[in-house]
This record gives sequence, structure tokens and C-alpha cells, in this order.
Amino acid sequence: MTRFLLRRLFQAAVVLVVLAAVLYACFYLAPGDAARLACGPKCNTAQITQIRGQMGLDDPVYVQFWHFLSGIVAGHDYSTGTDVLHCPAPCLGQSYRTGELVTTMIGQKLPATASLAFGAMVLWLVIGVGTGLLSALRRGTVTERLLTGFTLVGTATPVFITGILLLLVFCSWLQWLPYPSYVPLTEDPQQWAWNLLLAWLALALVEAAKYARLTRSSMLETLAEDHIRTFRAYGVGERAIVVRHALRGALTPVIALSALDLGTMFGGALLTETLFNIPGLGQQLVQSVQIKDVPVVVGIVLVMGLAVVVANAVADVLYAVADRRVVLA
Amino acid sequence: MSAVSDGNLVEVAGLRIEFPTEGGSVRAVDGLDFTLAPGGALGLVGESGSGKSATAYALLGLHRGTGARVSGTVRVAGTDVLAAQDAELRRLRGGVAAMVFQDPLSSLDPYYAIGDQIAEVYRVHHRGSRAAARARAVEVLDRVGIPDAARRARSRPHEFSGGMRQRALIAMALACEPRLLVADEPTTALDVTVQAQILDLLHELRAETGMGLLLVTHDLGVVAGSVDDVLVMRGGSAVERGPVTEVLRAPADPYTRALLSAVPRVDLRSAEGEERAAAPVLVKSPEAPVTSGEGGDVLLEAVGLRREFGKGRERLRAVDDVSLTVRAGETLGVVGESGSGKTTLGRMLVRLLDPSAGQIRYGGREIGGLGEKALRPLRRDLQMVFQDPVSSLNPRRSIGESIADPLRAAGELSDKAVVARVKELLERVGLDPDWYHRYPHEFSGGQRQRVGIARALAPGPKLIVCDEPVSALDVTTQAQVVALLAELRRDLGLSLVFIAHDLAVVRQVSDRVAVMRGGRIVESGTVDEVYDAPQDPYTKGLLAAVPVLDPAESAARRADRRELRSVMVTAP
Repeated sequence: MTRFLLRRLFQAAVVLVVLAAVLYACFYLAPGDAARLACGPKCNTAQITQIRGQMGLDDPVYVQFWHFLSGIVAGHDYSTGTDVLHCPAPCLGQSYRTGELVTTMIGQKLPATASLAFGAMVLWLVIGVGTGLLSALRRGTVTERLLTGFTLVGTATPVFITGILLLLVFCSWLQWLPYPSYVPLTEDPQQWAWNLLLAWLALALVEAAKYARLTRSSMLETLAEDHIRTFRAYGVGERAIVVRHALRGALTPVIALSALDLGTMFGGALLTETLFNIPGLGQQLVQSVQIKDVPVVVGIVLVMGLAVVVANAVADVLYAVADRRVVLA
Repeated sequence: MSAVSDGNLVEVAGLRIEFPTEGGSVRAVDGLDFTLAPGGALGLVGESGSGKSATAYALLGLHRGTGARVSGTVRVAGTDVLAAQDAELRRLRGGVAAMVFQDPLSSLDPYYAIGDQIAEVYRVHHRGSRAAARARAVEVLDRVGIPDAARRARSRPHEFSGGMRQRALIAMALACEPRLLVADEPTTALDVTVQAQILDLLHELRAETGMGLLLVTHDLGVVAGSVDDVLVMRGGSAVERGPVTEVLRAPADPYTRALLSAVPRVDLRSAEGEERAAAPVLVKSPEAPVTSGEGGDVLLEAVGLRREFGKGRERLRAVDDVSLTVRAGETLGVVGESGSGKTTLGRMLVRLLDPSAGQIRYGGREIGGLGEKALRPLRRDLQMVFQDPVSSLNPRRSIGESIADPLRAAGELSDKAVVARVKELLERVGLDPDWYHRYPHEFSGGQRQRVGIARALAPGPKLIVCDEPVSALDVTTQAQVVALLAELRRDLGLSLVFIAHDLAVVRQVSDRVAVMRGGRIVESGTVDEVYDAPQDPYTKGLLAAVPVLDPAESAARRADRRELRSVMVTAP
């Protein structure tokens, strides 16, 4: 187990460094001058030169990249000409545009993204696994055909369509819910959930379709296994067979996939965030890309990468816990 | 209604089972009748597709809910299985009639401890505490000979060996003291010594508990010592039935005779075995293969061959210091139980695996350490036929293309020449050349193995390593494939290394034989030396465990084994 964790940690570090390097390279190859952007439209050439020096943009690219990497481990001090700004240990640099520390910015946006991702996951697991199990156990009936239809529609509809429809129905026509605006969990848990509900639902409906299909096929596969036949041949009731012997095997791939999807959700919920006005990482990322705010973009993408890598490791561990025959190595 | 019993434990009359398929329904069982008296033992024998397993499943109503259509009468201990309510059927299953399945690994839930699974079944049929059910589980595990049963009851199936898993399944069957035990190919997946142990166990349990036994198998040797009556099935109906002694000694039906003569005999020399291959099929019989034994030059030689897997504490030495020679034109049999390292050895001989140490000399030249590039010209000479003809052929390519692969790999580029050669090969192995464009799923197991052989022949090899080439096949098909290999060897002057766990098959095809155990060769010599006068105790044990067709002889051997066990137990 320890060896597995160490190896995973090392892999994660390699993945993240490569990710950062690629991003850095992309933004340096792209046209445009960061110092001019940072300084604003009214700067003259002398001011830009000065700012370029302050930002370390005169150094070779690899030196800048090195400063960036060492900043993550050891922190970094930025001089603003008169004053020194200390950026503590996991330092991801400061925004070209606002001068704010990237870690602070991410810290502000992360709770919204995490709220969206976790809430949506709970919903999609409940809806997806539920319909999947139901359609596996009611195979060949009208129920199954209806549920299959539902999952087909769910998979085929993009999240922005589902989202707009939900807004239209619940906020505009029925007026059961206010148009969503994000309220942090720490401020008012009830308002937090109320405002996020439609966003969760929009994401969950699309994901649930996928999970329903996976659960259904995995359940049917498990029910066809030899050991299920054994317990049938010994008079064990169908309910006990499903609950005790089939569910565990059938849900193992579902658990593994949901860990992965959760990781992706940290970076992939961009459309939902925009549509439902959630101030999360996705929104911030789009803004920062548009104004070429390299440190912010690199920082956010690194956090997303970290989420995916961690989710992968968690998925592996969950898999091994569910199925003792799997050896972690 | 369920209490009524008119003497017979099992009564089957006019049983028909049909499986609906896309192209109409397939009739697996067609008008079968039989009865089994309480405490009696009936063997249901037939080749794959004869409907024997479908019949066994019908006894427990296991076709219910699968789409299969079952008609006729099936009564087990007075219960009308086809008409019974679900609840009634559940009481029957496990409580009155228990089933032991073929594959003991997949037949147990991988996630739960074996003791818990047995306890669960017990609690379905008996009121009582969990603790009582656990105690019962330990009791039956102990009864079937699981050492340290109280502790091993907490193990999961993957922590058990194949033989122990089968014992655990039998323990599960015993848990509720059923009146009927249905065993569907209970020993087919097991090694010969383990098979003997399991059959002995079933025999003892029957004597002890007085339960009836329905033993389903394709192996006539298995029924010989284990049942009173036998029913031979073919194409869904009975072709012959009677007391096992009569049926095996003097079979009346030609099909039974063919089946019997196809069974490889460990007690017959290969010249006598000729009759076996010739009888059921129209394939040329193999020549008595002693001719080339001494005279041929050494083609392949292994010296001190060793192979290890894994590292550190988990290192496993699969092959340990093995030396052998294969002469031109001879067949070397390699026999051993699962885990003995015979497959690893075979793969090293054709350099599909790198040896960890030792030398392989081919035609006097050391090839053990050659790289892939230097090996390429040798690949034509060294070929392999694999055990599983299903998974060793690409299901998405036509068989012709599969056979053509090694030709193309060997540098033959003209499509016309390739197709012509493949068709020639198909004909050579007894398949229709026009089947070039057909796909593996259209063929039977024996035909697929012929394709595998044709593929190995394609580049014109000098040596073919056959790894369990017939162990997945029915006896009659086995005989045909073995005959084909012998014929090819003679006509093409091939050398064969024939790897198998079946001692009888090895005897039939080989000139010389090597017995492997734990990665080492424990005994080797000419077939007659090894089989008629075995020196090593392990070889003796293996030979003693082989099922024999004569019921009286089988009983005598069982008595010998029991004596041997008691001697071993009492020895200090």
C-alpha cells in the first residue's frame, strides 16, 4: 500500500510538471506581450520595460519556468518596485492583470466548483444507479424500455440544452426557484443548496444516463455469472442474490468511474458554471485565457490536473477495497 | 403434494428441452426418460452438446426464467419440478437436491469467505442462529477434508487451490443433507490426482449419508468407479443404458462402442492404441511411433533450463534446471499437473519466453540468448499449437487469413502464392479449402484446433510444440486430432513436443516421455519404461490416479488409494 501511494505520488508529480511545461510553452509561443497586458493600455514603452524587468520576463523561458516550479515548493518573493510581496509555499505566481496571488484566486473559486461537482455526483449516482438497477432487474418489460428511452435522451442532450430547459421551466414558467446566484455553503446552507439545485440536476441528468447504462450492463453481466447460478441452485431468494451477491460486483466499475468523473468535473463543468452563474474555476479559466493571464491559467489547469490524478488514485484504491483479488502495485 | 413419494428419488419422463435461438429453436434434450432410486448412483455420459448438462439443470428447475422451454415430467423426491411454485422450488434446491458445478472457482462468490457462503445456504433451509450456521459450515468443510477447517472457512475462494474449491462446493452441497447430489462434470477442471481424491470423496459420502448421486460427465473413466448405472446420451436422447459393468464391458450400441474405443488408455502401448484412433473416425491411423526413437539426430537440446517469474520474496521458479533432447522425427511427451511448469518449458523451447538461465541448442547452435532479430529466421522452424483453440484464433479474421499470417511474416508476399499454400494446408489438416473465408466461430472445437495446427504448419517448421492441444476436446475429437498430429509427423518428418496433463493421451502419441513436477523433470525415458515400470513415486502416484474403464479394477484401485492414505496418515 505504501509503495503504491509513493509510486502514485511520483507519477502525479511527473504528470503535473509536464502539464505545466506544456502550458508554459504554449503561452510563450502565442503572440502578445504579457508586460503590455499587465501594464494596461495607457503605458509607454519605458514603463513596459520596467514592468517586464519586475515580472522577470527578460529571463530565458526555462529560468522563468524554474522560478515557477521552485515557487510551488519553496514560495517566492515578488518585488513591485517599492514593496516586496511574499507568496507562500505552494506559490503559483501572481496574476498579470490584477497582481493578485493565483493561489488566493483559486482558493476563492474552488468552493463553488467543488460544491457543483460533489452535489452533482450524489445526484447522478442516485438517479443513474437507480435507473440502471431497475432496468436490469425489469428486463424485457415496459419499464425497461421507458428507462432505456430516458437514458438515450439524456446522453443525446448537451448540458446547455438541459440547463436552459430547466431554467425555463422552474424559474421562468413555474417560478418555483429563483434564478440561481451562488451562495457559499458557509453563509447559508439552505440557500446554497437551493441555488445550486438546478445546476446539479442539469449535470446529473447528462451523467446519470451514462451511469444507468453502465450499471445496467454491469448488473446483467454479474447476474449471468456462475456464482449467481450457484446460489440460485441452492434456493437463495432473488432479492438476497441481488443484494448480497450481485450488487457488489456490479457496482465496482460504477464506483471507479465516478471517482474519475468527479476529477474531470473540476475542470469540465465550464458550461454549467456559466449557465447557472456559478463563480467557479471554469469561468475564471475562460476569462484568464481571453486576457492571456498565464499564471492564472497554468495554476487553474494544474489544480484540475491534480484533481484528475488524485481521483484516479482514489478509484484504484476503491477498486482494490471492493475486490480483494486486486493487488495494488 | 411434495411429501408424496412413490419409491423413486428422481423420475424423468418424456423430458424435452428447447433453447430458442435466432435461427429457430435448438432441441437440447428430446424425449428422455430415466429414474433413480433413493441412494442410487446414475452416470449421465455424453459428449458436449448431448444434452446431459441441460438435463441435470432441469432436475433443479434451473431453466426457469432463462427462456428455455422444458416439457415432460420431472419429479425429484416427489416434487413436480416443472409445475412447482417458486417457493416450493427454492425449498427443493439445496435442501433436497444439491448441485455441484464444473468450475469451482467461478461457481463461488469471489467477495465472500467460503464458510460464510456455506452458512448462507444453510440458513436458507434451516432456522437458527448465524453462529450455528457457521459451525455447520466448518463441520462440512472438515468433513470434505479441508485441513484446519475452522480457519480456512474464513478464506475467500481465490485463496483455495482448485481441488480445495471443489471440496468446498461439495461441502456446500452437504450442508443441508440433501437426498440427491447432482454433480455436473465435477472433476473436469482438475488434475488427475485431485480428480481421484474428489471421486473417492463422493464415493465415501454416498456410502455414509445414503444420498443419491447423478454424475454428469463426458469421461467414461470417471463413471466407471463411481456409479451403479449409466445412461449414454447423444443428441438429446438416450442411446444406451444399464448397469455400469455391462455397458462398459459389453456395449450394445455402436455409439457407445465408438466412445469407449476413443478413450485413450494409459494401460495400452501405442501400437495397441492404434485401434483407438482408427475405430471412431475415418482418419488414417498413426503408425507405431517407435521407429524413429533411437536413430534420429538431436534437433533441439535444452541444458539446465530455468525460468523465474516475479522478483524478491514473490519470486517463483516455474522451471528449474531442466535438461532434455528432442531428436529429429520423434515425439517427446511432457506430462505433469497444473503448475508443474510444462507450459513455461514449452514456450521457452520455441523461444516465446526467454530462459532465466541455461541453454537451448537448435541444430547444434545456441539460441537461448539470441535477440528477436537473430531469432527471426529460426521462427519458421519452431512453431507452437496452443491449448485453447477458441482464444488463440483472432475472432475477427477469417481462418485463412490467420493461417496466412506466419507465411507473410516469413516473407511470402504474393497473395496468390499465400492463398494457394493456405488452401493446401487446410486440405492437409482435413478441412475444406473453400472454408478459407470463414470465421472461427463457425467451427467446432476440433476444427478450430485443426486450424491452429495448419497455422503452425504454414511456415514449414521442423519442430512443433503442442501445448495441451486436445485437452479442450471431446474424446472422439481428441482421437481425431491426435491421429492427425501423428500422421503429419510421419509424413512431414516433424519433431513434436507434446505437452499434456492427460497421461493416457501422452502415452498414445509419444516415443519418449518426461514427467514434470514443481518445475523439474522427475522421470524420463521411453514411454514403455515410464508407464510400465515407473521409478519415481510421483509417477507411480499419477498413474495410480488415472481413472480406468473397468469398474472392478476401479474399485480395487480406490481401495489401494485408501490404504495408501491411511499408511501416510499413520506414518510418523
